[in-house]
Order: sequence, then structure tokens, then C-alpha cells
Amino acid sequence: MGKRIGMEVSLAAAEAVKQAKVDVISAYPITPQTHIVEHLSEIVANGEMDAEFFCVESEHSALSVCLGSEATGARSFTCTSSQGLALMSEITYIASALRLPIVMIIANRALSGPISIWNDHSDVMSIRDCGWIQYFAENGQDVYDHVFIAYRLAENRSVLLPVIINLDGFTLSHVIEPIEFIEQEKIDQFLPPYQPVHRLHPDRPVSMGGIALPSIFTETKKAHEVAIRSSMSKILDTWKAFGEMTGRYYHPIETYKTEDAETLIVIMGSYAETASVAVDLMREEGRSVGLAKIRLWRPFPFEDFKKATLHAKQLVVIDRAISMGGPGGPVASEVKAALYGEPMHPAVYNYAAGLGGRDVSPADFIKMVDKAEIEIEEGNREGFEIYGVRE
Amino acid sequence: MTKPDSEWTWKELPEGTVMLEPGNADQYRTGDWKTLKPVLNKALCIHCGLCYIFCPDMSYSLDSEGYFIVDLFYCKGCGICAKECPTGAITMVAETEEK
Repeated sequence: MGKRIGMEVSLAAAEAVKQAKVDVISAYPITPQTHIVEHLSEIVANGEMDAEFFCVESEHSALSVCLGSEATGARSFTCTSSQGLALMSEITYIASALRLPIVMIIANRALSGPISIWNDHSDVMSIRDCGWIQYFAENGQDVYDHVFIAYRLAENRSVLLPVIINLDGFTLSHVIEPIEFIEQEKIDQFLPPYQPVHRLHPDRPVSMGGIALPSIFTETKKAHEVAIRSSMSKILDTWKAFGEMTGRYYHPIETYKTEDAETLIVIMGSYAETASVAVDLMREEGRSVGLAKIRLWRPFPFEDFKKATLHAKQLVVIDRAISMGGPGGPVASEVKAALYGEPMHPAVYNYAAGLGGRDVSPADFIKMVDKAEIEIEEGNREGFEIYGVRE
Repeated sequence: MTKPDSEWTWKELPEGTVMLEPGNADQYRTGDWKTLKPVLNKALCIHCGLCYIFCPDMSYSLDSEGYFIVDLFYCKGCGICAKECPTGAITMVAETEEK
């Protein structure tokens, strides 16, 4: 068993990047991602890591550098938040279309405006359809572990897709948590050096990033869509291999006290831990409540989700972003799509909560469940509301 | 490419639509973009090579008799050669009027 150390989650993420023996780091500092790249630049400057650290002038360039370095076969890493992600969004689609296994951590932060440096999921939802595999981390250990999991998965020759690890800005990035570190020899076994299928090399010239005429563009999209859909089995294999190494097993949908529960809270990210406290409090009062956490956002685990939730009477889906003028929040939208084909399915009551860093306490979760149960009882089976707004 | 892109199925595409065959742009017919094509009057040609120099697509090449001949597989019909020709040996002719 590895050493257990109390450490800020951002620093643990940086240490994981070091242990993953990344060759190229390219990033531009933005709150709340800053500590991750600051610590990486220290590690590289101190000679503790044999990597090239590119100080770029923007996030657009940060990911563009990773595109180039990954294309030559160098394991590459970047990291951003909010406006930075918006600026690099153009390149996110290109990275996945080129099937370059870059790993990016997003310290999730609200998109302006108004300007907010605090946490919600509106930044990553803006690139929801960019074709990367996307995880949501619940705690610091998840973040540390998923750096290795992400590289091993991304570089798998039958996957070859970039991976995003979402971690909540401040509520996760800036807190100190106990992190169990994995010995370097184990990591080296789990994550051997990257062996690209195609790469830029003068001995065997290839062209990457060419134009696709209407006569072939559709075929490229089909190939990409099939690649991300069929990555599911490798995602499960990778988690299994990681579990066998560390004893920590991860799943696309993780459940807490769901088996006999009538009401399930559904949420992604670090607030799942707060929600589990609320579930315990409600259970003490004899209420039939459980929690389903979505760890894997893309590809969306439709089957696992149905398996975990179909037995419930109602789902209280808590989104950290709003699809303005749309169906409510993006998570509830996916949840409804997952359940649509089922003849009998739970009611879905949707809240947007914790926007722009507003705290959501266990008491808030209980209030949300209370109100949702009443609304559904009164026949409002598909409600959406923004929680905690002052009227 | 080894075959026209309209014949590739999605299963055949290399990962990331990487082009594995270098220099395949020379198989790309840009000649069908044009509406006008350059026609050379050899009687007026002084072999100066300005058409060859100015052609943005490098569609001109020297033949064994010393004339610069356009390759209509690539020529997009921009007309720069006709504009630059100092003796007016090149005229742009609508393709449909070809005799």
C-alpha cells in the first residue's frame, strides 16, 4: 500500500502528472487551475521531471502545443478552467478528431458573465459534444488516480481519444485531503511508455489535420462516434486493472444506499460527497433516499444508469449548469433521454444548484428532496427550478 | 489517396483521418473548379516563362519544344498567366466554347 499524505488536491494532481512521466506540459494559468500548473512548473524547473514545460500566451496555444507534441508521440498534458476552456474550445474538437490521447484536467469554474471565479459546471458543458472521454472526480483521490487511468485508457490503441478529468474548482482543487500515493514502480507497470499508431516523424511522413470535403466528412464523424461509444469496454477494463493494482475500484455510475430507495439524488462531482451526508441524515429519519453519482459523463453510461435508477419512484437530478431556454440542466436532459424508452420510469425533478460557487449544504439537499417529493406527489413529474433563488 | 475520397467507408479511415501517403495533393483535381481556361497561341509566345513564374498553382511546365504548357488537371482558371503574358499569347476561353 502506498503512502497516505495530506495534500492540496491541486498539488496531488501535479504529482500524478509527474508520476505519469508526461513529456510535455503546456498550460496558461487561470483560477482555480493555477496551483496545478504552478506546481508542475516548479517540479520541472527543479529537475524532478524530465519534461518540457511550455509557457504559452493563451489557452488556445496551450492545447495547440499539446496537439503538436502529442502528434509526435510525446505524452502531453494541459489544464484549464472556465474562460480558458472557452478560449481553447476550438482546439478541443480538433484534438479528438485527430485521435490524440491528450489528458486535460479542468478545474471547473462558472463561465462569465457576470465574472465569477467560483465553481460550477458551465465551463465543461460548453464543450460537452467535443468528442473527448470525460470523467467527473468526487474527491482528491479520484483526481490523483484518474491521471494514470486517463493516460492508460487514452493511449490504448483501440481507444486513442483525449480525456478530460473534471474536478470542482476550489471545493476540490483547493482543499487539503488525504491522498494515498502509488509507488512509482507500480505506476510504470500500469502505464508503460506511449506507443503511437501514427505519428509525425521524418522517416515516415504522414499528414494530420487535412481538410475533409463533404464527400468524406460524414465518414470521419461516424468513425469518431463509433470510437467513443466502443471505448466503454476499455474504460471498464482500465478501471478494473487499476482496482486490481490499488484496491480502489471505479464505476461509470456509483451508488450509495440506492438498493431499496424510493428517491434518488443524481449528481456529478464533489457535491456527491455532501449529498451522501444528506442521504445519511434522511436515512436516520427513516426516509427512503439514496444517491447515484455519475462518474463517467462521456461516453454516457446509459445502461449502467438505467440499472442503477429504474427501480426508484423519483430522481432528484441536481445540475451545476443550466441549458438556457432548454430542458433545464444538461444532466437531467441526459437522464430523461436515458429513461425515455422505458415503459415505467421514475419521475425526474431537476434543480440547478451551486451556480457560480454558491454553497450547497446537506440541509439544502434535504430541502431539495422535500420539495421534489411534494411537487411530484402533486403531479409535477418533470419540474425544473433554480434552487435557492431569492424571490 | 489511393482512391477518391468519395469511395472510402468509415471503417477504412485511418485513426484521426491521418493521411498515410505523403504528397497525395497531386492527385487532387482542382482543374474542375474553373470556368475559363488558358489557351496558348504559340505564334506569339516568346518563351519568357512569366506564366510559369506567376502561376499560383504551379500548373505550368516546360515542354520539349520550349513552350510552357498548362496542366488542366490542376489549373483553376484564375487568369493570372493571361494577365501577365507580355505578348498576349494566352487568352482565357470559356470551357464550354472549346473547339
